Amino acid sequence: MTDLTSLTLAEARTGLANKTFTSLELTDAHLKAIAAARALNAFVLETPDQARTMARDADAKIVKGQGGPLAGIPLGIKDLFATKGVRTTACSKILDNFVPTYESTVTSQIWRDGAVMLGKLNNDEFAMGSSNETSCFGPVANPWRREGSNTTLVPGGSSGGSASAVAALLCMGATATDTGGSIRQPAAFTATVGMKPTYGRCSRWGIVAFASSLDQAGPIGRTVRDASILMRSMAGHDPKDTTSVDREVPDFEAAIGKSVKGMKIGLPKEYRLDGMPAEIEKLWSEGAAWLKAAGAELVEISLPHTKYALPAYYIVAPAEASSNLARYDGVRYGLRVPGRSIGELYEHTRGQGFGAEVRRRVMIGTYVLSAGYYDAYYLRAQKVRTLIKKDFEDCFAKGVTAILTPATPSAAFGIGEKGADPVEMYLNDIFTVTVNMAGLPGIAVPAGKDAQGLPLGLQLIGRPFDEETLFSLGEVIEQAAGRFTPPKWW
Amino acid sequence: MSVDAATVRRIAHLARIAVADAEVSHLQSELNAMLAFVEQLSEVNVEGVEPMTSVMPMEMKKRADVVNDGEIADDIVKNAPATDNHFFLVPKVVE
Repeated sequence: MTDLTSLTLAEARTGLANKTFTSLELTDAHLKAIAAARALNAFVLETPDQARTMARDADAKIVKGQGGPLAGIPLGIKDLFATKGVRTTACSKILDNFVPTYESTVTSQIWRDGAVMLGKLNNDEFAMGSSNETSCFGPVANPWRREGSNTTLVPGGSSGGSASAVAALLCMGATATDTGGSIRQPAAFTATVGMKPTYGRCSRWGIVAFASSLDQAGPIGRTVRDASILMRSMAGHDPKDTTSVDREVPDFEAAIGKSVKGMKIGLPKEYRLDGMPAEIEKLWSEGAAWLKAAGAELVEISLPHTKYALPAYYIVAPAEASSNLARYDGVRYGLRVPGRSIGELYEHTRGQGFGAEVRRRVMIGTYVLSAGYYDAYYLRAQKVRTLIKKDFEDCFAKGVTAILTPATPSAAFGIGEKGADPVEMYLNDIFTVTVNMAGLPGIAVPAGKDAQGLPLGLQLIGRPFDEETLFSLGEVIEQAAGRFTPPKWW
Repeated sequence: MSVDAATVRRIAHLARIAVADAEVSHLQSELNAMLAFVEQLSEVNVEGVEPMTSVMPMEMKKRADVVNDGEIADDIVKNAPATDNHFFLVPKVVE
């Protein structure tokens, strides 16, 4: 029998339906791979007993013909999703040994559809980071290395554990979240497919909040089709999240293989940065050529406020974070560091519980919301955000179906290479953050490698609630570029 | 705009985060680097532009004003570091 971990989710689904193998066999193969890959530090909690129980249940249902769309498929869950009875930490010391008594809506839907939980995946603390180096459980290793080098590279972030685990074939897919690029950037760094859906497509209920007007859950998969299958289970209206949109969930997988003929694809001139590596430039042109060959029409477009997206993000996101993270007070759950007064208890708990990056952002957020600065910073940033969104709306109004850009300004970098200057790290999200600011869907698809053999990705940005078009276009790129698997060293 | 050491201490207090004296100057330079980075927003003309308040245009959802949850006190205090009989315990607030 072939190694079950090398199958795509779609292939595994067929194998399970045809009873070529059982979910228990498929799950055990992945548990074995996880145990052999602890050097990657992708999982912060393995749940093998629960996985086998869920796999046996799935097998029983498959036999009776009652298996759901994800029946028996073993998945990894980012540690930002509350999982009932299973420790959830957001990879922060301040959540300590928090064990939720409830299940996030998104994960409850994938269990409803029959999926199997392998464990919880590493991420940047509270999803604040672009390299997975801010996790209290330590950094995650990218399964990819530069050719002929032993240097450990970051998998990107914040969904670094999700991307690393999917790329290293430890799970068939993973949940992830994206506030400024946290699904798409790690997907691009690991040659996996990451979809950030339209704001409101997935419920945020039960996901540890970072910046509520930007946060969206989405899948990381091995292929575009796999991501589309996961997307259908994760999406859907939830009355418990007031920003969740009451809209029918399409069969995203049906968009795979659909013709892209006649689609107008925008290439934003503002994304052609000064000093952009020639490899990224080349990748972008290649992607455009593939879409053209498939019948799409390419047009240059302008998104004039692009350069302001990242600075506006670094006001809006910390402001919302400072508010959301006010709940960690050492009283109701999580870490508690004693103090003589309640004020001291708060300050000691938060001083010791938050890592450096989280503390920095909570403080900036507190400052920009404080009396006398609100108008100059926060209100201005929200106005700039309106302009960023309008840039996209103007392009879509002119008949642009979707937008093609590079996913990241570089390939994966080494652990500890960036971050001395926080702003240098923030620039990783320069191509992805605009999409969150405008609430649009975006997908990152592997498209090639750089001269050092590291994967690079392209991003497609779509109209609100038009994820289907992104899956169709993403499939064209995947078919042209092929799939990329890292050589095993761990 | 930039912040001085006294402002860093004031922000830390507002955020209820204990900051050691030795950390202040480092934090000050980091916060100032971030503030310098966002400074470029001042060149954008935002005259007459509405601030974004809802990412997807939609009416605020409402639900019936009825009790639809509750009787889960055990769950609520389950993860608390110090409790007594369904109460959260904190240091003495009133003398």
